Amino acid sequence: MKAFLPIVIVVATAALVAMAWVQSGGLALHEMRSAGTPQEAVEALMTDIQSRNWDRAYARLANSNDFEKQLFVRDLGGSSGSLRTYSSLQSFRVWPVHATADDATMRVRLNWSSAVGPLDDMRDLHVKKEGNVWKVVWPKPQLPKVPPQVIPVNYLRWDVIGRGATDDWGVQNVDNPNVRITSMNAVERPDRVVIVGEVVNEDTVPAYVNVNATLLNSDSKAMDQEGSFDMISHTLLPKQVSPYRIDFPGFHLKQVKSVRMDVKAMLVPASADPVIAVTDQKMDKDPLGKNVLRGALVNQSGQTVNIAQVLAVYYDANGKVIWVSDGYVDQALLPQVAVPFAVDVPDDVVSKIQNYHVLVNHYSINESS
Amino acid sequence: MLRLVSFCLLLLMPGLAAYAELHPPAQVTAGKGFSISSTGSGDATFYLLAPGHVAKREVKLGQDIAVDPADVKKAGRYLAVACGSGGCNSAAFYVTAAEPDKVSFLLHPSRVRVRTNDAISATALVFDKFHNLVLTPVTVDFKVVPKTGPTISRQVKSNRGVAWMRMASTPKEGPVKVIAEVAKASEARVIQQVASDACNLRIKAKRTAKGVLVETDPVRDCSGNAVPDGTIVSFAEIDADGKTTVDAPIKKGIARTELPVNGSAKISVASGVVIGNEISLGGGL
Repeated sequence: MKAFLPIVIVVATAALVAMAWVQSGGLALHEMRSAGTPQEAVEALMTDIQSRNWDRAYARLANSNDFEKQLFVRDLGGSSGSLRTYSSLQSFRVWPVHATADDATMRVRLNWSSAVGPLDDMRDLHVKKEGNVWKVVWPKPQLPKVPPQVIPVNYLRWDVIGRGATDDWGVQNVDNPNVRITSMNAVERPDRVVIVGEVVNEDTVPAYVNVNATLLNSDSKAMDQEGSFDMISHTLLPKQVSPYRIDFPGFHLKQVKSVRMDVKAMLVPASADPVIAVTDQKMDKDPLGKNVLRGALVNQSGQTVNIAQVLAVYYDANGKVIWVSDGYVDQALLPQVAVPFAVDVPDDVVSKIQNYHVLVNHYSINESS
Repeated sequence: MLRLVSFCLLLLMPGLAAYAELHPPAQVTAGKGFSISSTGSGDATFYLLAPGHVAKREVKLGQDIAVDPADVKKAGRYLAVACGSGGCNSAAFYVTAAEPDKVSFLLHPSRVRVRTNDAISATALVFDKFHNLVLTPVTVDFKVVPKTGPTISRQVKSNRGVAWMRMASTPKEGPVKVIAEVAKASEARVIQQVASDACNLRIKAKRTAKGVLVETDPVRDCSGNAVPDGTIVSFAEIDADGKTTVDAPIKKGIARTELPVNGSAKISVASGVVIGNEISLGGGL
């Protein structure tokens, strides 16, 4: 009984010391020290990034003196209202590319979950040994800076005044825009039928366009109806052409006798800005050896584009649309700054591609329409 | 309810017809008062069953029954009924629309390309001041007032209250006022004639510090009309770095963009389904 009180005091003291140790980063230090291999170092760093523990992640870097923590946070957490700011790291996979006794190159595939679906990011990280601990040498973030300047823009937009409730019944409303499907091609994929093609706004006013397709069987009965969803540029300015893609999962071409296409257009207010140039487009391979169409987006206007989606349409030697792919860019498009992009292209399509065209869908937080 | 009253009155009529007879005019113009002569004698209740309402008042049989203009505003079939001590009798007559006073005008479409045959459809419906459709043939004068040039006029006879015509759009873009006139009534609508596809789309290029400034000549259709601002012109450039594309809107009649060029390059242009010229830039330009 006499020993009970001292035992309690000792246990309580030990618990408090342990808590203080954890609180002061002792656990992190231990974990850091326990990064006994390059794999562990990168995995520990990614775990901290996943939990958005920027302090600890920054502390794990071998070259943290080279740049400020804020820059590191913006590199991974996004900035300027970009898609990355609405994303979180869902999972990651690390594997070695090259290793010696003192340094190594690790490849990490980051899988971000975002408002528009999963986004993949691939990075090669240099890891070096400092004493008994491996630390990641983070590539110095090169975030673009736009110098103060005035970018003149001849603002051009369309506003729509519709028919009023008090107008005579004979007063006609403004007609909806004339849009036309210029091409349609049904493509068989292993797990689905895909309808690809192009639609053009033939009018002199902007149009909000949606393309739907219905698969008909041999009895001319509808089997399924799907829409283009985000695989189209919905707002088409006069004479603008957009690719579209409609997926029918679980169907095969042999089941389909014909396809009924339906395009709907609505007159909407729109702006002709910003103009986005798509530069340096070329077919390439990513680090995993997959075929991609690479390029860079340059926002030629003065307004920041927060979220950009790249739509690429591919043509064969006869000019027929054979595939449409898309990809979101997780960086904001600052004025006059090139932002790289890459969209996947299926391996069996690549050999048939003769030409391609890229279109950019954009979203700006400050956009009034 | 009106039909029920009419039906009940009509059931009573055949056996009692001999006691009082009404002789309205065969046809009456809407909004004009008139008299219905009657036979018989004594007091009677007079009913006027109109397409929109029923009037009732006490009358003396054997005298003319005056019908107020306000009771015959609606065109259609009327039934006059007189019910005296000996029973009821009735007579039907028609009220036709008065003079044309209003015109409802439908013009379609609201936008049309220049030089398009039968692209514009104009339909006028002729009404009197009581909103009755004037079924008698009336001449409707369609006047087409372009932004520039003389007014074109065409007279069309209405058929059962409707006059219509089709016409081609003129070669000049801009708003066109179309007026439908009947007597003192006139109604105007505006149709926007817009330029057709770009014709002879041409570009020129000039070296700048950042690359090459490419701009079109003023973009016009084959009738010489300026293609509207906002129309997308697609520029494509192929050089050693790959392909660059820009969808630029026409502003102040010209579309322009700046393209990064590495060495020699080919630059092409298109707008919708129209393809323009292609220019080749040598590395030393």
